[in-house]
Formats: sequence, C-alpha cells, structure tokens
Amino acid sequence: MVEKALFAILMDGIFIKNFLLIQFLGLCSFVGVTKDVKSAAGMSGAVVFVMTMAATVSYLIYTYVLVPTKMEFLDLISFIVVIAALVQLVEFVVRKNIPSLYRSLGIFLPLITTNCAVLGVVLLNVSSEYNFIQSVVFGIAAGLGYTIVMLMMSGIRERSTFVNIPSSVRGLPQAFLIATMLSMAFVNYFWVIPI
Amino acid sequence: MDPLSEYIRGITRDNPIFGLVLGLCPTLAVTTSVENAIGMSAGTAFVLVCSNVFVSALRKQIPSAVRLPIFIIIIATFVSIVKMIMQAYFPPMYAALGVFIPLIVVNCIIIGRAEAYANKNNVFYSFIDGLGISTGFLLVLMLIGGIREILGTGQIVTFDYTLISLPINPSVTTMILPPGAFLTIGILMAIVNYQRAKKRAKGG
Repeated sequence: MVEKALFAILMDGIFIKNFLLIQFLGLCSFVGVTKDVKSAAGMSGAVVFVMTMAATVSYLIYTYVLVPTKMEFLDLISFIVVIAALVQLVEFVVRKNIPSLYRSLGIFLPLITTNCAVLGVVLLNVSSEYNFIQSVVFGIAAGLGYTIVMLMMSGIRERSTFVNIPSSVRGLPQAFLIATMLSMAFVNYFWVIPI
Repeated sequence: MDPLSEYIRGITRDNPIFGLVLGLCPTLAVTTSVENAIGMSAGTAFVLVCSNVFVSALRKQIPSAVRLPIFIIIIATFVSIVKMIMQAYFPPMYAALGVFIPLIVVNCIIIGRAEAYANKNNVFYSFIDGLGISTGFLLVLMLIGGIREILGTGQIVTFDYTLISLPINPSVTTMILPPGAFLTIGILMAIVNYQRAKKRAKGG
C-alpha cells in the first residue's frame, strides 16, 4: 500500500470524509447536544480527547498484543473496553474540574462510549492499515472535523430557535433539514478538490 | 400483556427510529439502496434478539452496578459472530456495509432495549420485544432506502430482481449522496410529528 501523506489524511478526516456529515458517525450527539454552542463546544472537546487517545491506545494494543498472539478476532471487544476506560477517565476529570459543564452534558458524557464516531476512528484505522503516526493524525483530524461541524450546527440552531415554522417541523426535523444544507455544502465543496 | 400487542408495539409506538429516536447512524448511512437496508437490518435483528434473550436470562445474576459493561460484552460477542458470518458468506454485502457491521456494537437501539426492557422482563417477552423492534427497524430502513434508491437511480433492484422501474429516470443523484439521507429522514419525521399531533387533537 502506498504511504498516504499526513496532510492528505488530515484533510480527509476533517473535510472529505467528515464524520458527521459524510460518514454519519456520531449522529446521536449531533442532534442531541447542539441546542447551544457552549455544550456543543464542551462535548467536542471531550470527543477530540477520547478520539485521539483511543486511536493511540488501540493501535498499540492491536499491533503489539492482538496481532502477535493471533487474536485479531477479539479486536472489537478490546477496543470497546479501551474506549469505556477512557470515557470514565474524562468523566472523572470533567466532574471534578468543570461541574457546570458536567451538568449540561448530562447523559451524553457517558454515552461517548457508545458514540459510533470514536469506535469508527479506531475501526477505520485498522481497516485502512495506517501506521502509528497516521493513526494518531487521523484520530486528531476526525476530532477536529467533528468539532467544526458541531460548532456550525449549534450556532445555526441557536439562532433559529425563534424562527416561525410549523410546529411539526420544530425540533428534530428542523435539525435534519439544517444538516441537509450543511452536508450539501460539504459534498459539493470538498469532493471536487482532488488530493 | 399479550405477545401480539407487544410485537406490534415495536413497530408503532416504540418504533426505534420515529418513536424512540435511536440508532440514527446506521439508518442514514446504509440506506443508499433497499438491498443494503435489508442486510443491515438482518444483522441488527440477529444481534438484538440474541442479546435480549441472553440479558433477560442472566438478569438475576448480573449485579446492577456493572450491568452496562456486561451488556456491552454480550453485544460485542454477537456482533463478532455476525461480522464473521457476513465476511465469510456474503462478501459483497460486507464490503457495501463496511464499518457499519462492527459498529452494530455501539447501536443505541440494542443497549437501549437491554437496559429498558430485557433487564426487567422474562425471556419470552424479551424475545418478542426483540422481534418487534427489529421489524420496526427493517420497515423504516426499507422505506428510507426505497425512497432514496428510486429517486436517485429510477429503479429498485434487490438481489438481482428489478422490483420497480420508473419510465422516466428522475436521477436526483443527491438522494443517494449523504444530503439525501438527511433530507429524507427530516421530511419523514415532520410527517410523523404532524400525524401524531392530529391524532392527539382528535383524541382531545
């Protein structure tokens, strides 16, 4: 396999294969915590940290524990355990240092464990056979792409709270229609740039 | 509780997508065609039914403080089984669904049902609940997949059989690209909300 340049991986993770708008990974938090910018930013920070750490740790576990012992079939179970431990760590830190953020994130903080975006990064790293540096860069890039879209989405939703629309479109349908526009922009702008 | 109404409840009131709003990622990602929708629902259904039965059978033994990690391990085991079976017997389907087969493990529907239903009810009802929710999931996925496929390609082709073929191809390619998924589910959800509001108003 041809070595992929780090810059290409970075662009891939942030824009071209954006996790939320192109690959549909991590949508629960996308529609759940984007009602205001502050909690969206807090959530994104936590996800960036967990994603980068998960990409690093799971690469080490996969390459130095599972492959030598020929137990690759246990990959899914061991990745989930790694992610759950990391999320627990983040939860302790946030609860101790930023209690207000902890309250506003609510159920979504422990749910990062079952956020498909985090497990998605790890699985995509394995399936595209990235080396250590590439895995870490892809983890960071995916986190940044997640952050950008979360901030855009929460900004738009905050401003559109008082828009006069039919009551049955309010809430989730409205969020999905905004996401349609954002996704269209991402598809049209970034798929035409060859990297 | 009678089994039939428990089964129907999974399709209507507790429908995973429109009722509980769980499991959105696979719903949007794999519904580019009806065929993918069926493959994904089949995998999810197997995992959901098995995990519901297992969790329910072991619910007296599982200490409640560590129940979530145990649920996840049970689910991950069944997902590994599905992944290996698909990889071995249906390689084209596995390639099309890609990373979303292993990602069944973090599908909120499955862990949600384990926590909210299987952990409190007996094995038989958990089995029925798993079947009902899976059927609801299958129907919604096929609906979204059908809308996107027919608008995007002008026909519905499932396992080499052409089910529907439009005389004029609308070829709205956007519908089989990511924005089409958001658009379809947004409009469907608005319709469901509208119907619910109308029903509520009628009921007083």
